[in-house]
Amino acid sequence: MLDGRTTLDLVIGFLGLLMILAALWSVLAKRLLSSVLLSGGVSLLASLVFLALGAPDVAMTEAAIGSALTTMVFLYSLSRMKVECDASEDGGRS
Amino acid sequence: MMKKILLLAAIALLAFALWPFVRDVGLAEPGALATAYLEQGPAELGTANVVTAIVVSYRGFDTLGEVTVLFTATAGVGGLLARRKGHGKKKAAERGASDASEILKTASRLLSPLLVLFGVYIFLHGHLTPGGGFQGGVVIATAVLIGLLADPEAGLAHGVMHLVEGLSGFAYVALGAAGLWFTGVQEGFLDPRFLPLGELGRLASAGAIPVIYSLVGLKVGAELTGILDAMKEDAE
Repeated sequence: MLDGRTTLDLVIGFLGLLMILAALWSVLAKRLLSSVLLSGGVSLLASLVFLALGAPDVAMTEAAIGSALTTMVFLYSLSRMKVECDASEDGGRS
Repeated sequence: MMKKILLLAAIALLAFALWPFVRDVGLAEPGALATAYLEQGPAELGTANVVTAIVVSYRGFDTLGEVTVLFTATAGVGGLLARRKGHGKKKAAERGASDASEILKTASRLLSPLLVLFGVYIFLHGHLTPGGGFQGGVVIATAVLIGLLADPEAGLAHGVMHLVEGLSGFAYVALGAAGLWFTGVQEGFLDPRFLPLGELGRLASAGAIPVIYSLVGLKVGAELTGILDAMKEDAE
Protein backbone atom coordinates (compact mmCIF):
# COMPACT_ATOMS: atom_id res chain seq x y z
CA MET A 1 0.00 0.00 0.00
CA LEU A 2 1.37 3.39 -0.97
CA ASP A 3 1.06 6.23 1.49
CA GLY A 4 0.81 9.86 0.43
CA ARG A 5 4.48 10.60 0.80
CA THR A 6 5.59 7.67 -1.35
CA THR A 7 3.09 8.59 -4.07
CA LEU A 8 4.36 12.18 -4.02
CA ASP A 9 7.94 10.92 -4.28
CA LEU A 10 7.01 8.72 -7.24
CA VAL A 11 5.23 11.58 -9.03
CA ILE A 12 8.13 13.96 -8.48
CA GLY A 13 10.65 11.30 -9.49
CA PHE A 14 8.75 10.59 -12.70
CA LEU A 15 8.46 14.29 -13.55
CA GLY A 16 12.15 14.78 -12.74
CA LEU A 17 13.08 11.92 -15.06
CA LEU A 18 10.99 13.48 -17.84
CA MET A 19 12.70 16.83 -17.18
CA ILE A 20 16.15 15.29 -17.49
CA LEU A 21 15.17 13.52 -20.71
CA ALA A 22 13.68 16.69 -22.20
CA ALA A 23 16.76 18.70 -21.19
CA LEU A 24 19.13 16.15 -22.76
CA TRP A 25 17.00 16.01 -25.91
CA SER A 26 16.97 19.79 -26.17
CA VAL A 27 20.77 19.89 -25.97
CA LEU A 28 21.21 17.09 -28.50
CA ALA A 29 18.47 18.17 -30.94
CA LYS A 30 19.67 19.06 -34.43
CA ARG A 31 17.13 21.83 -35.06
CA LEU A 32 17.26 24.97 -32.92
CA LEU A 33 13.46 25.21 -32.97
CA SER A 34 13.16 21.81 -31.28
CA SER A 35 15.71 22.87 -28.67
CA VAL A 36 13.74 26.01 -27.84
CA LEU A 37 10.44 24.16 -27.56
CA LEU A 38 11.95 21.37 -25.46
CA SER A 39 13.54 23.81 -23.02
CA GLY A 40 10.09 25.35 -22.67
CA GLY A 41 8.84 21.84 -21.94
CA VAL A 42 11.42 21.46 -19.16
CA SER A 43 9.97 24.59 -17.53
CA LEU A 44 6.44 23.25 -17.89
CA LEU A 45 7.44 19.99 -16.16
CA ALA A 46 9.24 21.99 -13.46
CA SER A 47 6.03 23.92 -12.81
CA LEU A 48 4.22 20.58 -12.35
CA VAL A 49 6.88 19.58 -9.79
CA PHE A 50 6.33 22.86 -7.91
CA LEU A 51 2.58 22.20 -7.95
CA ALA A 52 3.13 18.71 -6.53
CA LEU A 53 5.33 20.19 -3.79
CA GLY A 54 2.51 22.54 -2.79
CA ALA A 55 3.72 25.85 -4.25
CA PRO A 56 1.00 26.89 -6.73
CA ASP A 57 2.26 30.48 -6.92
CA VAL A 58 5.78 29.42 -7.90
CA ALA A 59 4.26 26.96 -10.38
CA MET A 60 2.22 29.76 -11.95
CA THR A 61 5.30 31.97 -12.36
CA GLU A 62 7.40 29.14 -13.74
CA ALA A 63 4.72 28.18 -16.28
CA ALA A 64 4.18 31.75 -17.47
CA ILE A 65 7.83 32.92 -17.47
CA GLY A 66 9.67 29.70 -18.25
CA SER A 67 7.44 28.10 -20.82
CA ALA A 68 5.58 31.05 -22.34
CA LEU A 69 7.60 34.27 -22.20
CA THR A 70 11.14 32.83 -22.40
CA THR A 71 10.17 30.53 -25.26
CA MET A 72 8.68 33.49 -27.10
CA VAL A 73 11.80 35.61 -26.59
CA PHE A 74 13.92 32.72 -27.96
CA LEU A 75 11.56 32.28 -30.91
CA TYR A 76 11.71 35.98 -31.76
CA SER A 77 15.52 35.90 -31.70
CA LEU A 78 15.48 32.70 -33.77
CA SER A 79 13.31 34.33 -36.41
CA ARG A 80 15.66 37.30 -36.45
CA MET A 81 18.67 35.03 -36.90
CA LYS A 82 16.87 33.30 -39.75
CA VAL A 83 16.15 36.60 -41.52
CA GLU A 84 19.85 37.51 -41.35
CA CYS A 85 20.93 34.05 -42.54
CA ASP A 86 18.47 34.22 -45.44
CA ALA A 87 19.80 37.60 -46.43
CA SER A 88 23.44 36.52 -46.36
CA GLU A 89 23.48 32.99 -47.76
CA ASP A 90 20.19 32.41 -49.51
CA GLY A 91 17.99 30.61 -47.02
CA GLY A 92 19.77 27.93 -45.02
CA ARG A 93 17.55 25.68 -42.94
CA SER A 94 17.41 26.56 -39.28
CA MET B 1 36.83 11.46 -24.62
CA MET B 2 38.74 12.83 -21.64
CA LYS B 3 36.53 15.92 -21.69
CA LYS B 4 33.38 13.80 -21.57
CA ILE B 5 34.66 11.77 -18.60
CA LEU B 6 35.55 14.97 -16.74
CA LEU B 7 32.09 16.41 -17.50
CA LEU B 8 30.39 13.28 -16.20
CA ALA B 9 32.54 13.34 -13.07
CA ALA B 10 31.62 17.00 -12.47
CA ILE B 11 27.92 16.25 -12.88
CA ALA B 12 28.17 13.25 -10.53
CA LEU B 13 29.95 15.40 -7.94
CA LEU B 14 27.25 18.05 -8.19
CA ALA B 15 24.51 15.43 -7.81
CA PHE B 16 26.32 14.01 -4.74
CA ALA B 17 26.61 17.50 -3.23
CA LEU B 18 22.92 18.30 -3.81
CA TRP B 19 21.58 14.91 -2.73
CA PRO B 20 21.00 15.78 0.97
CA PHE B 21 18.68 18.66 -0.03
CA VAL B 22 16.65 16.38 -2.29
CA ARG B 23 16.50 13.62 0.32
CA ASP B 24 15.27 15.87 3.11
CA VAL B 25 12.81 17.92 1.09
CA GLY B 26 9.71 18.72 3.11
CA LEU B 27 11.03 17.00 6.23
CA ALA B 28 13.01 19.78 7.89
CA GLU B 29 11.41 21.76 10.71
CA PRO B 30 11.06 25.48 9.96
CA GLY B 31 13.80 27.50 11.67
CA ALA B 32 13.29 30.09 14.38
CA LEU B 33 12.74 33.00 11.97
CA ALA B 34 10.33 31.02 9.79
CA THR B 35 8.38 29.94 12.86
CA ALA B 36 8.12 33.53 14.01
CA TYR B 37 6.83 34.61 10.58
CA LEU B 38 4.30 31.76 10.51
CA GLU B 39 2.98 32.51 13.98
CA GLN B 40 3.04 36.31 13.97
CA GLY B 41 2.30 37.10 10.33
CA PRO B 42 -1.49 36.70 10.37
CA ALA B 43 -1.83 38.43 13.74
CA GLU B 44 0.51 41.34 13.02
CA LEU B 45 -0.38 42.10 9.42
CA GLY B 46 -3.76 40.46 8.89
CA THR B 47 -2.65 38.41 5.86
CA ALA B 48 -4.11 34.96 5.36
CA ASN B 49 -1.22 34.14 2.98
CA VAL B 50 1.99 34.27 5.01
CA VAL B 51 4.21 34.27 1.89
CA THR B 52 2.73 37.63 0.90
CA ALA B 53 3.27 39.02 4.40
CA ILE B 54 6.96 38.13 4.08
CA VAL B 55 7.37 39.31 0.48
CA VAL B 56 5.57 42.63 0.78
CA SER B 57 6.17 43.59 4.39
CA TYR B 58 8.89 41.75 6.34
CA ARG B 59 11.13 41.59 3.27
CA GLY B 60 9.48 44.53 1.51
CA PHE B 61 12.78 46.22 0.84
CA ASP B 62 14.00 43.16 -1.08
CA THR B 63 10.85 43.26 -3.19
CA LEU B 64 11.49 46.91 -4.00
CA GLY B 65 14.97 45.84 -5.09
CA GLU B 66 13.54 43.08 -7.29
CA VAL B 67 11.16 45.51 -8.95
CA THR B 68 14.12 47.82 -9.57
CA VAL B 69 16.13 44.97 -11.11
CA LEU B 70 13.24 44.12 -13.43
CA PHE B 71 12.90 47.78 -14.38
CA THR B 72 16.62 48.00 -15.16
CA ALA B 73 16.43 44.85 -17.28
CA THR B 74 13.48 46.22 -19.24
CA ALA B 75 15.17 49.56 -19.73
CA GLY B 76 18.32 47.77 -20.92
CA VAL B 77 16.47 45.60 -23.43
CA GLY B 78 14.46 48.57 -24.68
CA GLY B 79 17.55 50.74 -25.00
CA LEU B 80 19.59 48.10 -26.86
CA LEU B 81 16.82 47.18 -29.27
CA ALA B 82 15.57 50.72 -29.90
CA ARG B 83 18.97 51.69 -31.30
CA ARG B 84 18.46 49.54 -34.39
CA LYS B 85 14.98 50.76 -35.19
CA GLY B 86 14.21 52.28 -38.52
CA HIS B 87 15.85 49.79 -40.85
CA GLY B 88 14.80 46.31 -41.77
CA LYS B 89 11.16 47.02 -41.02
CA LYS B 90 8.93 45.37 -43.55
CA LYS B 91 5.29 44.46 -43.79
CA ALA B 92 4.38 40.92 -42.83
CA ALA B 93 3.42 40.05 -46.40
CA GLU B 94 6.83 41.15 -47.73
CA ARG B 95 8.62 39.02 -45.14
CA GLY B 96 6.61 36.07 -46.35
CA ALA B 97 5.20 35.48 -42.88
CA SER B 98 2.03 33.48 -42.88
CA ASP B 99 -1.12 34.70 -41.21
CA ALA B 100 -2.06 33.28 -37.82
CA SER B 101 -4.45 30.35 -37.98
CA GLU B 102 -8.18 30.78 -37.45
CA ILE B 103 -8.05 28.64 -34.31
CA LEU B 104 -5.37 30.84 -32.72
CA LYS B 105 -7.22 34.04 -33.63
CA THR B 106 -10.55 32.85 -32.21
CA ALA B 107 -8.92 31.40 -29.09
CA SER B 108 -6.99 34.59 -28.44
CA ARG B 109 -10.16 36.68 -28.66
CA LEU B 110 -11.72 34.38 -26.07
CA LEU B 111 -8.67 33.87 -23.84
CA SER B 112 -6.98 37.28 -23.69
CA PRO B 113 -9.69 39.09 -21.68
CA LEU B 114 -10.08 36.10 -19.38
CA LEU B 115 -6.31 35.96 -18.78
CA VAL B 116 -6.19 39.68 -17.96
CA LEU B 117 -9.08 39.17 -15.54
CA PHE B 118 -7.30 36.18 -13.97
CA GLY B 119 -4.10 38.18 -13.58
CA VAL B 120 -5.95 41.00 -11.85
CA TYR B 121 -7.66 38.44 -9.61
CA ILE B 122 -4.29 36.91 -8.67
CA PHE B 123 -2.71 40.17 -7.60
CA LEU B 124 -5.82 41.53 -5.87
CA HIS B 125 -6.09 38.34 -3.79
CA GLY B 126 -2.34 38.10 -3.15
CA HIS B 127 -2.83 38.48 0.60
CA LEU B 128 -5.49 35.74 0.73
CA THR B 129 -4.50 33.02 -1.73
CA PRO B 130 -1.22 31.84 -3.29
CA GLY B 131 0.06 34.31 -5.85
CA GLY B 132 0.58 38.04 -5.91
CA GLY B 133 1.93 40.93 -7.90
CA PHE B 134 4.64 39.08 -9.81
CA GLN B 135 2.42 36.14 -10.71
CA GLY B 136 -0.50 38.36 -11.70
CA GLY B 137 1.72 40.62 -13.79
CA VAL B 138 3.21 37.62 -15.58
CA VAL B 139 -0.25 36.24 -16.38
CA ILE B 140 -1.25 39.63 -17.83
CA ALA B 141 1.88 39.62 -20.00
CA THR B 142 0.87 36.15 -21.22
CA ALA B 143 -2.52 37.55 -22.26
CA VAL B 144 -0.78 40.23 -24.32
CA LEU B 145 1.55 37.57 -25.77
CA ILE B 146 -1.41 35.54 -27.07
CA GLY B 147 -2.84 38.69 -28.64
CA LEU B 148 0.49 39.45 -30.34
CA LEU B 149 0.75 35.88 -31.64
CA ALA B 150 -2.72 36.03 -33.16
CA ASP B 151 -2.28 39.44 -34.74
CA PRO B 152 1.42 40.34 -35.22
CA GLU B 153 0.50 43.65 -36.88
CA ALA B 154 -1.31 44.92 -33.78
CA GLY B 155 0.52 47.75 -32.06
CA LEU B 156 0.62 48.35 -28.33
CA ALA B 157 -0.37 51.63 -26.75
CA HIS B 158 3.15 52.53 -25.66
CA GLY B 159 2.14 55.78 -24.01
CA VAL B 160 -0.36 54.04 -21.75
CA MET B 161 2.16 51.31 -20.91
CA HIS B 162 4.85 53.80 -19.91
CA LEU B 163 2.33 55.80 -17.91
CA VAL B 164 1.10 52.71 -16.01
CA GLU B 165 4.64 51.54 -15.34
CA GLY B 166 5.93 54.90 -14.16
CA LEU B 167 2.91 55.77 -12.05
CA SER B 168 2.73 52.39 -10.33
CA GLY B 169 6.44 52.44 -9.55
CA PHE B 170 6.14 55.94 -8.12
CA ALA B 171 3.04 55.02 -6.10
CA TYR B 172 4.82 51.93 -4.72
CA VAL B 173 7.66 54.02 -3.32
CA ALA B 174 5.18 56.68 -2.14
CA LEU B 175 3.21 54.03 -0.21
CA GLY B 176 6.45 52.80 1.33
CA ALA B 177 7.26 56.33 2.44
CA ALA B 178 3.69 56.68 3.75
CA GLY B 179 4.33 53.64 5.95
CA LEU B 180 7.39 55.41 7.31
CA TRP B 181 5.48 58.63 7.89
CA PHE B 182 2.13 57.55 9.29
CA THR B 183 3.10 54.63 11.52
CA GLY B 184 5.99 56.38 13.18
CA VAL B 185 9.66 56.00 12.49
CA GLN B 186 10.05 52.93 14.73
CA GLU B 187 7.86 50.90 12.33
CA GLY B 188 9.79 51.75 9.22
CA PHE B 189 9.70 51.98 5.45
CA LEU B 190 7.06 49.92 3.61
CA ASP B 191 5.05 49.20 6.76
CA PRO B 192 1.51 48.46 5.48
CA ARG B 193 -0.25 49.14 8.75
CA PHE B 194 -1.10 52.79 8.17
CA LEU B 195 -4.32 51.52 6.57
CA PRO B 196 -6.76 49.54 8.77
CA LEU B 197 -5.90 45.84 9.02
CA GLY B 198 -9.51 44.73 8.81
CA GLU B 199 -10.72 41.19 9.36
CA LEU B 200 -8.47 38.23 8.49
CA GLY B 201 -9.50 36.67 5.19
CA ARG B 202 -11.50 39.59 3.74
CA LEU B 203 -10.54 41.22 0.45
CA ALA B 204 -10.20 44.65 2.10
CA SER B 205 -7.79 43.63 4.83
CA ALA B 206 -4.07 43.52 5.64
CA GLY B 207 -3.57 47.29 5.46
CA ALA B 208 -1.76 48.52 2.37
CA ILE B 209 -0.56 45.07 1.26
CA PRO B 210 -3.24 44.52 -1.46
CA VAL B 211 -2.64 48.05 -2.78
CA ILE B 212 1.13 47.56 -2.91
CA TYR B 213 0.81 44.15 -4.55
CA SER B 214 -1.65 45.49 -7.13
CA LEU B 215 0.84 48.23 -8.03
CA VAL B 216 3.63 45.63 -8.31
CA GLY B 217 1.33 43.55 -10.53
CA LEU B 218 0.60 46.46 -12.87
CA LYS B 219 4.28 47.36 -13.03
CA VAL B 220 5.48 43.82 -13.73
CA GLY B 221 2.75 43.31 -16.34
CA ALA B 222 3.63 46.55 -18.14
CA GLU B 223 7.38 45.81 -18.06
CA LEU B 224 7.18 42.25 -19.37
CA THR B 225 4.76 43.38 -22.07
CA GLY B 226 7.28 46.07 -22.99
CA ILE B 227 10.09 43.47 -23.34
CA LEU B 228 7.90 41.26 -25.54
CA ASP B 229 6.92 44.20 -27.72
CA ALA B 230 10.53 45.33 -28.11
CA MET B 231 11.60 41.79 -29.09
CA LYS B 232 8.72 41.50 -31.55
CA GLU B 233 9.49 44.80 -33.25
CA ASP B 234 13.15 43.91 -33.46
CA ALA B 235 12.39 40.53 -35.03
CA GLU B 236 10.44 42.23 -37.81
